[in-house]
Amino acid sequence: MAKAKKMPKGRQLATIRKVLHYLKKYMFFVCCSILLASLLIALSLYIPILVGKAIDCMIAKGQVDFNTITMYLWKIGICTVSAALCQWLMDTMNNRVTFSVIRDMRQKAFRKLQNLPLSYLDTHPSGEFVSRMIADVDQFSDGLLMGFTQFFTGAITILGTLIFMLVLNPGITLVVVLITPLSLFVANFIAKHTYTMFKLQSETRGEQTAFIDEMIGNQKIVSAFGHEKEALEKFDEINDRLQKYSLRAMFFSSITNPATRFVNSVVYAGVALTGAMTVISGGITVGQLSCFLGYANQYTKPFNEISGVIAELQNALACASRLFDLISQPSQTAEDHDAVTLEGVSGSVDLNKVSFSYRPDQRLIEDLNLQVKPGQRIAIVGPTGCGKTTLINLLMRFYDVHDGNITVDDYDIRHLTRKSLRRSFGMVLQDTWLKKGTIRENIVMGKPDATQEEILVASKLAHSYSFIKRLPKGFDTEIAEDGGNLSAGQKQLLCITRVMLCRPSMLLLDEATSSIDTRTEMRIQRAFSHLMEGHTSFIVAHRLSTIKEADLILVMKAGRIIEQGTHESLLNENGFYSELYAAQFSQT
Amino acid sequence: MKSLLKYMKPYTKECVLGPFFKLLEASFELFVPLVIASIVDFGIANGDKGYILQRCGLLLLLGVVGLAFSITAQYFSAKAAVGFSAKLRHVLFAHIQSLSYTEMDTLGISTLITRMTSDINQVQSGVNLTLRLLMRSPFVVFGAMVMAFTVDVKSAWIFAVVIPLLSVVVFSIMAASMPLYRSVQQKLDRVLGITHENLTGVRVIRAFCKKNEEIERFDAASEALKRSQKFVGRISALMNPLTYVLINAAVIVLIYTGALQVNMGILTQGAVLALYNYMSQILVELIKLANLIISITKALACAKRIETVMQVTSSIAESENAVSGKEDSIAVQFEHVGLTYAGAGEPSLSDISFTAYKGQTIGIIGGTGSGKTSLVNLIGRFYDATEGAVYVNGVDVKDYKLNVLRDKIGMVIQKAVLFSGSIRENILWGKKDATDAEIWDALAVAQAKDVVENKEGQLDAMVEQGGSNFSGGQRQRLTIARALVKKPSILILDDSASALDYATDAALRKAIYNRKDAPTTFIVSQRASSIRYADQIIVLEDGVAVGIGSHESLLQNCPVYEEIYYSQFERKEA
Repeated sequence: MAKAKKMPKGRQLATIRKVLHYLKKYMFFVCCSILLASLLIALSLYIPILVGKAIDCMIAKGQVDFNTITMYLWKIGICTVSAALCQWLMDTMNNRVTFSVIRDMRQKAFRKLQNLPLSYLDTHPSGEFVSRMIADVDQFSDGLLMGFTQFFTGAITILGTLIFMLVLNPGITLVVVLITPLSLFVANFIAKHTYTMFKLQSETRGEQTAFIDEMIGNQKIVSAFGHEKEALEKFDEINDRLQKYSLRAMFFSSITNPATRFVNSVVYAGVALTGAMTVISGGITVGQLSCFLGYANQYTKPFNEISGVIAELQNALACASRLFDLISQPSQTAEDHDAVTLEGVSGSVDLNKVSFSYRPDQRLIEDLNLQVKPGQRIAIVGPTGCGKTTLINLLMRFYDVHDGNITVDDYDIRHLTRKSLRRSFGMVLQDTWLKKGTIRENIVMGKPDATQEEILVASKLAHSYSFIKRLPKGFDTEIAEDGGNLSAGQKQLLCITRVMLCRPSMLLLDEATSSIDTRTEMRIQRAFSHLMEGHTSFIVAHRLSTIKEADLILVMKAGRIIEQGTHESLLNENGFYSELYAAQFSQT
Repeated sequence: MKSLLKYMKPYTKECVLGPFFKLLEASFELFVPLVIASIVDFGIANGDKGYILQRCGLLLLLGVVGLAFSITAQYFSAKAAVGFSAKLRHVLFAHIQSLSYTEMDTLGISTLITRMTSDINQVQSGVNLTLRLLMRSPFVVFGAMVMAFTVDVKSAWIFAVVIPLLSVVVFSIMAASMPLYRSVQQKLDRVLGITHENLTGVRVIRAFCKKNEEIERFDAASEALKRSQKFVGRISALMNPLTYVLINAAVIVLIYTGALQVNMGILTQGAVLALYNYMSQILVELIKLANLIISITKALACAKRIETVMQVTSSIAESENAVSGKEDSIAVQFEHVGLTYAGAGEPSLSDISFTAYKGQTIGIIGGTGSGKTSLVNLIGRFYDATEGAVYVNGVDVKDYKLNVLRDKIGMVIQKAVLFSGSIRENILWGKKDATDAEIWDALAVAQAKDVVENKEGQLDAMVEQGGSNFSGGQRQRLTIARALVKKPSILILDDSASALDYATDAALRKAIYNRKDAPTTFIVSQRASSIRYADQIIVLEDGVAVGIGSHESLLQNCPVYEEIYYSQFERKEA
C-alpha cells in the first residue's frame, strides 16, 4: 500500500549512510553492476539506431542496399548478445548484493537481540521485533533490488536517451523534453489525491483487522453468549465503509497508468509531427524518425515508473531505519573486563539495601535487605504485583538493581560474569518455554553432553517420564514451536526435567508448578526437596501448601518484606501470612 | 475458486464491461503503428504536411479515446474487485461464526484471521488485475500478430514463430522458479520461527547461557535463506536477457526479409517500420503477462485457502423441529456420555452419568487434562457427545435451537477475555437490555464492584483490546459478572477463579449461592476448597468419573479425591 510516511530529510540521509556502510563489503559487485548497467543501456539504445539505419537502406523497389543492411544486422546481433549478457550478469550481481546485505542485517539484528537488556524486550511486544526483522527487512530488500534495477537503470536510461536524441536532432528532443514532465505532474497530482483515500482505507482496514482479531480470536465466548448476530452487524458496518474507501482508493490510484499513458501518446504524436516535418525538410531520415519514436517510448517509461519507485524507495528507507533503530538500541551493561567467574558456589546470597522499579514513576522494591545462608530454602509469598517475580529478575541479573547490591558468595553479582552467575542457578518459570525440536533437545539444553542414563533419571524424578514414554517417539518426539502439542502441565514438567538434569548449585522456582495438578505437584515437590538438599533455593508460590517446609518464608507486599519467619512462627504472629493462609484453607 | 465465483454474480455487468473497455483501449493502441506507417509512406513520401498534421491529430485522438476507455475499464474492475471481496469477507466472517468449537480447534484461530485479512486482500487485487490485464496482454500480443498479417503475410509468419517461442521461454522460467519461491518462503519461515522463539524464550535462553548456540542456529538459517534466494534469483534473471535475444533475433530476420520484399516492391518502407513496431509491443506485453500470472497464481492460492475454510461446515447441526424446553426440576443430566475429539486416538471422556437438580452446586475436580473442561463444554453443546446423551431441563441438547439452549447458560471460561469498549458494553454481552441496576447487581455478586468503582468513568471506563488494562483477577471477576447479568438458570465457572485469592473466591461462591433463584452452578476447579461444599462433586481422572458424591463420602470412598484433598489440606489429627 502507498503508506510511505514522510521521513525527515536528515534521517533519510543518515539511513542511506548506514545502508552504504552495509554495502561496503560488496563494493566490488556494486561497481561492476553500475558499469554493466551503463554498458547495457548504451547497447540497448544503440540497437534502435542500427535498426533505423538498416531501414534507411531500403528506400523503394530495387533501391535496397543489401550489403550495408547485412552489416547493420550483424551489428544488431552482436549488440543484442552483449546486452543480454550484461543484463544477466548485472541481475545476478544485484541479487547477490541484496540478499547478502539483508542476511548481514538480519544476523546483526539477531546478535542485538541476544544482547538487549530485558527491560527493552519486556516493554516491547515480540511481534514488533519479529515484524522488523522479517517484514521490514523483506520490504527493504525489495526496495534495494528495485533501487538497483529500476531506479538506477531508469536514471541512466533517461540520461542515455537524452544524449542519443540530442545527437540525432536537438529540435525534436526539445519537444520530448518539454512534454514529458507533464506525466510526472499528472502522476504527482493523482498520487496526492489518492493519498487521503489510501489513508482512510488503511485506517478502516486496521479497524476491521482489530475487530476480526477480537471476535474470531474469542469465537468461543461469542458463541457462548449468542453474540454472533451483533458481531456480524458491527462487522458489516465496518466492511461497508471499507468497501467504499477501497473502491475510491483503488479507482483513483488506477487512473495513474492510463493518465501517464495518455501523456506518452501526446509525446508520441508530438515526435511524429515534428519528426515527419523534419524528415520532409531533410533534417533526419525515416529510420532516424523510427528511432526517435522508439526513444520517445523508452524515455517516458522510466518517468512513469519513477514516482512509484520513489515511493517504494522511501518506504524501503523507512523500513531500514526502523531496523537500524533496533540495532542501535543500547545493549545491556557490558561485563567488567576483570569479571569474576563464579565457581564451586557455596550459596550464600545477600541483598543489601536493594532498590528497584521498572518505571521511574512507580516505586516497587525499596531498601530490601536479606541474608541467605548456604543451603537455606527461601519461600516468597504475597499478592500479585508485590514484587516476587522481580526478585528473581534481579537475582538472575535480568535487571540490574538501582541502588544497593546483591552478592553471591560475597561477590557483587555485577562483578561476576553473567554466564557463571546464571549457570549457578537452576530456574523454572511459570511461563514455560520450549523450543522447536525434540523432547531430548529441550531437556539437555543446560547440559548438552548428558547421557541417556542421566536423562532417564532426571525425567523420572520430574515425573515427566510417564508421559514422554507414551509419546509416539519417546524422547525423540518433535515438539512444535513453544510446545504447541503439549499441555501446560506437560510443558512445565519438561522445564522441571531440564533443571533436574543440570543439578545447579542454586534453584529459582517461580510458580514452577502452577499448571500441574496438586497430586503430581506433591510428587515433584518431593523430587525438588531431594534436589534442594544442601542447595540454596528461592521459591515463589501461590499455593501456600507447597512452601510450608521452607526455612524462611518472606511475605511481600508492595515491594517490601512485611513479615518473615517459618510457617509456624508466621502463623503465630497472626499477621498477613496467617490471613492469606486462612483464606486458602477457609471453609465456605 | 469456483465455489467463490458465485459471490461475483452481482458484479457480472462490471466483470464484462471492465475487460471489454480494456480491449477497446488495446485495439486503439494497435492502430498506432499503422498510422505511423501511413505518415511515412504517404505524408513523408509526398511531402504532404497537411496529411501529416491530420494523422498526428488522429494519434492524439486515439490517445484521448484510449484514456476514456481505460478509465472506464479501471472503474468497473475496481468496483467488481472491491465489491467481490467485501461480499467474500462478509460471507467468510458469518461462516466462521457458524463453526463449532471442534472446527475452530482444527483450523486454528491465527489461520482464520489470516484468511479473513491478507488472503482476501490478495484475492481482491488478483481479481482487479485479472479484469484489467488478463484479457489485455494476450489480446495485444495476438492483436499485434493479426495486424502484422494484415500488413504482410509473409513477414507475419515470423511473429507466428516467435510468439510461441517467447511464451515457452517465459512460462518455463516461471514454472521452474515458482516451486523455488516456495522453498524460499519455507526458509524465511524458519528464520521467523527462530526469531520468535528467541523473543519468547529470552529468559530461559539467557538462564542457560545459550546465546552462542542460538546465534549459530540463526546464522545457518539465514545463510540457507540467502542461498535459496540467490539460486532462484539466478534463474529468474534469465528471463529478460533470453526474451531480449529472441525478440532481437526476430527483428533481424524481419528486417532482412523486409529488405527483400521492399526490393521486390511488395512492401513499403513504412510497412517494415510498422512490423518492427509491432514486434516491440509484443515484448512489453509478454513480460507484463508473466508478472500478471505470478500475481494471479498467488491470488488463486489464497482463494483456494479461503475456499477450504468455506467448505468446513459446523459439525453441530441444529435440529429441524427444535424445542425450547421446559423448566424442570432436573437441570442437567448426563447419560453414559463419552467424548472423543476429532483426530484424537483416546476418548477424553467416557461413560459419564450424573444428574444435577435445579439449584444444586456441582463441583468438578481432577488433574490437568482429566476432562473437566470437556465435560462442561457438552452442556452448552459446544461439542457434541460422541456417545450417550446430555439433557438440559429434560430435553436432549441436540433437540434445542442453539440460541435457546445457550441462553439458559451463563458460561465463564478459563481464559478471561474482555472486548474493547466500555465496561458496560462488555457486561451487556450477557443481556442486551440490562439496566444499570442489574449490571451493578451482577458486579456485586461477582465481587467486581470495587474494580469498576475504582476506574474513572465507572461503567463507562474503557476496556482496551483483550482487557489489557485490567489485571488477571479483575478480568476474571468482570467475565463472571458478564455471565451473571443474564440471570442464567445454569452457571458454569470453568476454573474461572484461579487468579482470585482464596478469600475473594469464597466470597464469590457465597454470593452466588445466596442469590434469589440461585442458578444450578457447575464449578470446575483444581482447588479442593472451591468445591468442598458442593452438593455433588465429580472426580475425574483420565476422562473417567472415578467418584461422584459429597465431600464426606468421597473422602471415604474415593482414593483419588482423598489424595487431591490431602495434597492441599493438612490431615487433621484424628
